[in-house]
Amino acid sequence: MASARARGDSIFGGLTLVATALVLVVLAGIALATLIGGWPAFARFGAGFVSHTVWDPVQRDFGALVPIYGTIVTAVLSLLLAVPIAFGIAIFLTEVAPRRLVGPISAAIELLAGIPSIIYGMWGLFVFVPFMADWVDPWLTASLGRLPVLGVLFSGPPLGLGMLTAGIILGIMVVPFVAAVMRDVFTLVPSALRESAFALGATRWEVVWGVVLPYTRTAVVGGIFLGLGRALGETMAVTFVLGNAHDFNLSLLAPSTSIAAAIANEFTEADSATYLSALIALGFILFVVTFIVLVFAKLLLLRLARQAGR
Amino acid sequence: MSPPRTLRGRRRQAVNALALGLASLATLLGLVMLAWILGTTLIHGAAALGPHLITEMTPPPGAAGGLANAIFGSTLLILVAVLVGAPIGVLAGTHLAEYGRNGPFAGIVRFVNDILLSAPSVVIGLFVYQIVVRPSGHFSGWAGSIALAFILLPVVVRTTDETMRLVPISLREATLALGAPKWRMITQVIYPAARVGILTGLLLGIARISGETAPLLFTALNNQYWSMDLGHPLANVPVVIFQFALSPYESWHSLAWAGALLLTMFVLLVSVLARTLLRGRTN
Repeated sequence: MASARARGDSIFGGLTLVATALVLVVLAGIALATLIGGWPAFARFGAGFVSHTVWDPVQRDFGALVPIYGTIVTAVLSLLLAVPIAFGIAIFLTEVAPRRLVGPISAAIELLAGIPSIIYGMWGLFVFVPFMADWVDPWLTASLGRLPVLGVLFSGPPLGLGMLTAGIILGIMVVPFVAAVMRDVFTLVPSALRESAFALGATRWEVVWGVVLPYTRTAVVGGIFLGLGRALGETMAVTFVLGNAHDFNLSLLAPSTSIAAAIANEFTEADSATYLSALIALGFILFVVTFIVLVFAKLLLLRLARQAGR
Repeated sequence: MSPPRTLRGRRRQAVNALALGLASLATLLGLVMLAWILGTTLIHGAAALGPHLITEMTPPPGAAGGLANAIFGSTLLILVAVLVGAPIGVLAGTHLAEYGRNGPFAGIVRFVNDILLSAPSVVIGLFVYQIVVRPSGHFSGWAGSIALAFILLPVVVRTTDETMRLVPISLREATLALGAPKWRMITQVIYPAARVGILTGLLLGIARISGETAPLLFTALNNQYWSMDLGHPLANVPVVIFQFALSPYESWHSLAWAGALLLTMFVLLVSVLARTLLRGRTN
């Protein structure tokens, strides 16, 4: 009897352990499988793989600088847009909104995160790209495009496609993630701290800027990095609106590509082993970069959680 | 509050009003974007709705047709992904909550699981391409389901772990005091107590994988015809939307919008259901 029950326990416990180990195996497997798959490209092109702009499937010569550059620029643009908006939403939900509006508005903002990225892509292609081409791009070229040095960022024909459009759409997608983290950590601020600031005569904004934000700073940065991780790896939304061009162009209004978009667009067209390997190598680079960003984000978020738990 | 008398006081009030006004504006902007995206999908999608969507197959270029094979394919892919991913996820979550608890191993796994939760799905697709598609020599529904299962897994692990840890310790002590072995305590007391939370996690996971497109491009790919065979390329709604939307044909665009509307409604319904369940539990 005693041995039967010990057997039941060890079988069940063993099963749960195997399942848990699988979580670790999947993460290690992703790194290993993409490294092995991309190895022929890394071995053949060496450091040139990340520093050259030539992407020529016919000559089988691959340099990934353009997609890497596109990934970084679109992600940075998305954060420039998403961080202030998410901060505003978090302030509105924690300081301004009447109590009965908080639930519905939070739910609506969360819906933005629930919309599949391919829907963002379709909306981007059919609605937002024409909007940018008709209204925003011509205006930017006529105003900022005339500036001496920065002008080159806004030059070129108003196609609507490009890194600026992709960055804006990514920004909209990232907003709910960053806003949710900010709102959650803002509520962790001890009310004694907030109330003493109010008692000293501080305005709401001064309490947010002088008390709430300093207290939650590390977690807020963690939330922003979480958003950065999302933006770097997002695929379908940007694939539709980047234009898939491997020509290096400084202009934010010119067609470009990103790591994820290049993989999604070209994978089924890859007609040589080298081409396929180059795309998988891109995947490996993307994984390593997002991994580092996400680890950093988690560590920052854990710090506030520990502080609040104390 | 009485109006400030000093110049400095008036300026501080003005800055405060400006900041809170901008914050309200940011929220309004978020809501406008939501309405714009959902509204566009609804208008274009509703115009393309009709019974042909579920009675006809995806058409060749330029022709008329429906999405029957893609809807069926997506359902099959998601179903198999849940059957594969959910039990593993629940078991792993069980380990974290009941065996690992606050130990270092459980801490590492939780950390890794959170990373996996945010890892780019396109890379998970490449991973499954390497371990399933390449060895077998062809794209297949199985590969698609496995990729989706890997995306579902961390969602289920996390929610299972979190809800099981919420079950009161006294329930465990009472069960063990009756002489029940630990595995019976978990399966017959803890699981029933945590079932709403586990179900919520499953629904959130389904909402997450239903819209996934990128990983399916390297695994299930697509199939123009009706197929129930997981051993071969399988039609699915997201990849059909992707290919049809980027095509030059008007009839394909219209089908892509119909697919987009069906997909969005399904995903939002499932996530609203999950949230309602969650709210019912906390009250």
